[in-house]
Amino acid sequence: MTEAQTRKAGHLPPRIERVNPVAFTLTFAVAAFVIWSMTTAGPSLDQLARGLPNIGNILSRMFPPDFERIDRILWSLFQTFQMAIAGCAIGLVLSVPLGILAAEGLSPHPAIRTAARSLIAVFRTVPDLVWALIFVIAVGLGSPAGVLAIAIDVMGFAARFFAEAMEETDKGPREALSALGANRLGMIMSAVLPAAAPSMIATSLYCLEKATRASVVLGLVGAGGIGVELKVAFDLFAYQTAATIILVILILVIAVEQTGGWLRRKII
Amino acid sequence: MNVVAFQQTAPEGALSPARSGLPAASVRGLSKQFGAGPVIMSGLDLDIHHGSRVAIIGANGTGKSTLIRMLVRLVEPGGGDIRLLGEDVRKLDAAGLKRLRSRVGFVFQRHNLVTRLSALTNVVHGVQSRMSGPRTWTQLLAPREVRAEAMHCLERVGLADKATARIDTLSGGQSQRVAVARMLMQRPELVIADEPDASLDPKSGEEVMATLAALANEQDATLIFVSHRMEHAIRFSERIVGLGGGKVALDQPSDTVSEAELTRFFHHD
Ligand SMILES: Nc1ncnc2c1ncn2[C@@H]1O[C@H](COP(=O)(O)OP(=O)(O)OP(=O)(O)O)[C@@H](O)[C@H]1O
Ligand SMILES: [Mg+2]
Repeated sequence: MTEAQTRKAGHLPPRIERVNPVAFTLTFAVAAFVIWSMTTAGPSLDQLARGLPNIGNILSRMFPPDFERIDRILWSLFQTFQMAIAGCAIGLVLSVPLGILAAEGLSPHPAIRTAARSLIAVFRTVPDLVWALIFVIAVGLGSPAGVLAIAIDVMGFAARFFAEAMEETDKGPREALSALGANRLGMIMSAVLPAAAPSMIATSLYCLEKATRASVVLGLVGAGGIGVELKVAFDLFAYQTAATIILVILILVIAVEQTGGWLRRKII
Repeated sequence: MNVVAFQQTAPEGALSPARSGLPAASVRGLSKQFGAGPVIMSGLDLDIHHGSRVAIIGANGTGKSTLIRMLVRLVEPGGGDIRLLGEDVRKLDAAGLKRLRSRVGFVFQRHNLVTRLSALTNVVHGVQSRMSGPRTWTQLLAPREVRAEAMHCLERVGLADKATARIDTLSGGQSQRVAVARMLMQRPELVIADEPDASLDPKSGEEVMATLAALANEQDATLIFVSHRMEHAIRFSERIVGLGGGKVALDQPSDTVSEAELTRFFHHD
């Protein structure tokens, strides 16, 4: 080591290089906004003091769960799952062409690609419950509204990931196919989709988990499924029935997540 | 194995008589520059006769890949004229270009196959040069004649027994031969190969080159290939074209050059 290096190594740099006034002001403003939001929107201390015992009270009234109407509840749960399956299937099938239109190098025109990406962004950013409200107005109360809401929600997620999976596939086979005079569709179906398949299946399984979680709450806004049973149970203060409903929902969601996770690990 | 048989029938550097006077490829004043980068090609002239086998050599970055890619507009030419199989390449519209490309078999340095699919399906894809639709996407749906022809192409490269094997279970040399089989599926009039032997061990590289040369010879197709292996350039071609300074800097019958001369050509550059 030369002398200069020794001196350098022994000299500790300051903890803060220099204070940037803009960054400092911004940090301060953000912190202030967070504290302000917590005090205005969050629960006050005495609300918490009164609320916590109430939660304990509700939980104790839920116990023991009432299995009296378990057959009806399970049937409703099954219908909810069907809603998730149907919505997910429709959403995934439509996500493939939408994903192709949104994928760089596969989309027929940059303008179409931008349009497809914007549509996906709208599907993704509007929450599923809002879609459900819209479809309840459009097609009426019941599961068809829920299926449509789930389909749109799935497209907002899957089309984007399908597009990314397709963009990430090896360019070599694509070039080889266009070099032999194949058309765009042939190139996509022969070279792109088979290569993107594992990633797309993993995304699809995740969408099914997402759709299952969504399907149980859509009933709250009248879009079909077990959510409405839960709402009625709470409205009638039938906490023990509500407990049963929550329990079976939990079992369904966990079962779908576990199965999906296991299948994903098998594919990758 | 079949490949060995091909190797025996492959003419070794023999100058075959010109089969026709018409050039398969005719390049005039070709130039190319990528964006504001260096000029890669300037005023390159080259004629390649039907049924001939031409090796293109040159140091790294002299534009060999760029030249052969421009022939079918995988890279857009900068300026000049290209006539290929009687077509004015630069004037073709999308449909015309597709028709021309379907007549040209292109083999890349990497095999460029879909690795998750079987050898047979990858070869079936080659039929997309003249057919389209779901029946060309996978061997599962392919018409009987197409499957049979694909099997025949695999036989010709000595890989009939690997038809159902996925590409990712094959060796590099086997994969490259599957790529040759896919190219055969096109029934090409002109075969262009960009260092098909480069990513392979010496033995597999030689097998692939021998297969290509023999098949091109069998069907009377023109063969243009790039190789960094001087012994391949000499043995599998009848004419050697060396690129340098954006032009053709060497053009000789293969049986009049020695490996030493070619090596000197490289170092001179
Ligand atoms: N798409 C591209 N954009 C910009 N520059 C490029 C592009 N393709 C090639 N080049 C440049 O053009 C020059 C010629 O490239 P090319 O690949 O044709 O050379 P080559 O003779 O095939 O070389 P090698 O022996 O390494 O394969 C190189 O300097 C390369 O960096
Ligand atoms: Mg190259």
